Amino acid sequence: MAVDDNRLVRRGLHPLHGILLAGTIPLFLGGLAGDLAYSSSYQIEWSNFASWLIAGGLVFGGLALLWAIIDLVRADRRGGALLLYMLLLLATWILGFVNSLIHAKDAWASMPMGLVLSVIVLLLALASTWIGFARFGVGGGR
Amino acid sequence: MKYLHKTKVVRLRLLAPIAIAGLLIACGSNAADADQRGPDPVLPEPHRGLLPSMKIAEPAPWDGQKPTVPEGYTISAIATDLAIPRQTLVLPNGDILVAEGKGGNASPMRPKDIIAGYIKAKGTTSVKSGNRLTLLRDADGDGVYEVKTVFADKLNAPYGLALVGGKLYVANQDALVSFDYREGQTQASGPPVKITDLPSMINHHWTKSLAASQDGRFLYVGIGSNSNITERGMVAEVDRAMVWEINPQTGAHRPYATGLRNPTALTIQPGTGQLWAVANERDEIGPNLVPDYLTSVKEGAFYGWPYSYWGQHVDDRVRPQDPKKVAAAIKPDYALGSHVAALGVDFSEASMGEKFADGAFVGEHGSWNRPDPAGYKVVFVPFRDGRPAGPPVDFVTGFRDANGKTRGRPVGVTVDPRGALIVADDLANTIWRVTPARR
Repeated sequence: MAVDDNRLVRRGLHPLHGILLAGTIPLFLGGLAGDLAYSSSYQIEWSNFASWLIAGGLVFGGLALLWAIIDLVRADRRGGALLLYMLLLLATWILGFVNSLIHAKDAWASMPMGLVLSVIVLLLALASTWIGFARFGVGGGR
Repeated sequence: MKYLHKTKVVRLRLLAPIAIAGLLIACGSNAADADQRGPDPVLPEPHRGLLPSMKIAEPAPWDGQKPTVPEGYTISAIATDLAIPRQTLVLPNGDILVAEGKGGNASPMRPKDIIAGYIKAKGTTSVKSGNRLTLLRDADGDGVYEVKTVFADKLNAPYGLALVGGKLYVANQDALVSFDYREGQTQASGPPVKITDLPSMINHHWTKSLAASQDGRFLYVGIGSNSNITERGMVAEVDRAMVWEINPQTGAHRPYATGLRNPTALTIQPGTGQLWAVANERDEIGPNLVPDYLTSVKEGAFYGWPYSYWGQHVDDRVRPQDPKKVAAAIKPDYALGSHVAALGVDFSEASMGEKFADGAFVGEHGSWNRPDPAGYKVVFVPFRDGRPAGPPVDFVTGFRDANGKTRGRPVGVTVDPRGALIVADDLANTIWRVTPARR
């Protein structure tokens, strides 16, 4: 039986989906902080931290994206908030992935592009999470 | 709907990364092959796409076939089934010592290091590091080395070898050690004696190359950088990317020349006594940057790494930059081509035949950071009046087969004064011997 879009609105995001979604924010925020620290101190360790945090953000964001895609596929009405939410997560993940490739460049070669992308990816992660929670809320565990 | 007006913005953002990725990969494609051999290599602008261009060697067995040598020369495998042979030393009685092993203890710092390490390992042997010296002997001079025995073992990734009088010096990845040596010996008479520790923290470039000055008073040890281009931090580069001069009596050392990213082999020029090196330059700024080189090593000179390459070409990846060091950097003598990975060098002798008598042989392990592989051969750099003169000539080729698979990768090259070139192959775990055909 197909589940309609209202199910998500009615029941909200599964708590685990919520955790994965919200987890992208501190991870990508940490990545941005690492980039800022590296660009002001030239201490490479900050750039390494950023690389790992961005990779973590991709794992969390990737799973949340997968979940959103499954919800979208199972929904009756494919559009509206759910589609917007999925597209935002997709954009977050794609730019986040590009950002991780930029961070794989050696030393200062990751700059300034890495820092710019870290800002954009964090904003996208914030937007995804905001919409995810604002539209659907968290629940589902009933 | 409340958020619908944002959809357009989202769609635009979605397109952006695809466009960016397309652009970046496009500029990572292969540039026209510039001539990068000789004293004045053509250096393109640095560039790198989202991913570095890569082509990893795909190993294949020799299956009884052999590398190709010039007409009038023959090649044979004089030892097989070794455990990663790197450098060789021909002893006065004609015996050959082979240093076997693989070092490095660099832990991954970034996700990239794990992935790149896995990919690059596919192009190397799966044999375990030998950590030993093997002695090969051809007692009757028929070109067959019937004795193959362990001269010394339990060493720590031995690489550079030098004999001075009755002392055999071995540059392990963490220390310079010596053995007493008498002619004819097939086994070390005791454990090695440590002369001095060598920089070994991280050991990203772990090979410690070695040469002894003509008068035997000093030893020179080549120490590679701890990173491609400072991505492990500046602190990791203390005492790295330089050649040390060591007094073997006291173990005292001083930097002899600096800024050589990875001086993988050292040798002394006969006659002049001048120290020469081959060095591997930096990666990931394009398939035609930066050329590896052969150079005389000038005392006190700075060769650029990490701040600049080939003189004053600033490497923007290094922070903080150092304009004073850039200004002080000197150009190496002779470019061998980008990413060829020169790992062996030795000067020739008249016994190698007229055409290859005056010059230096260079073993090129082969590239990973190019779409079209470079190196994977032994070349001969002709000299005149003690200086390189003219383009390099292929001497041993065919390490890659017609299908693009890699059967061997040359490392150390050593000239046997009796008229032979000894080539260590660390993929096939073989020692090759090239001789002028007997007339």
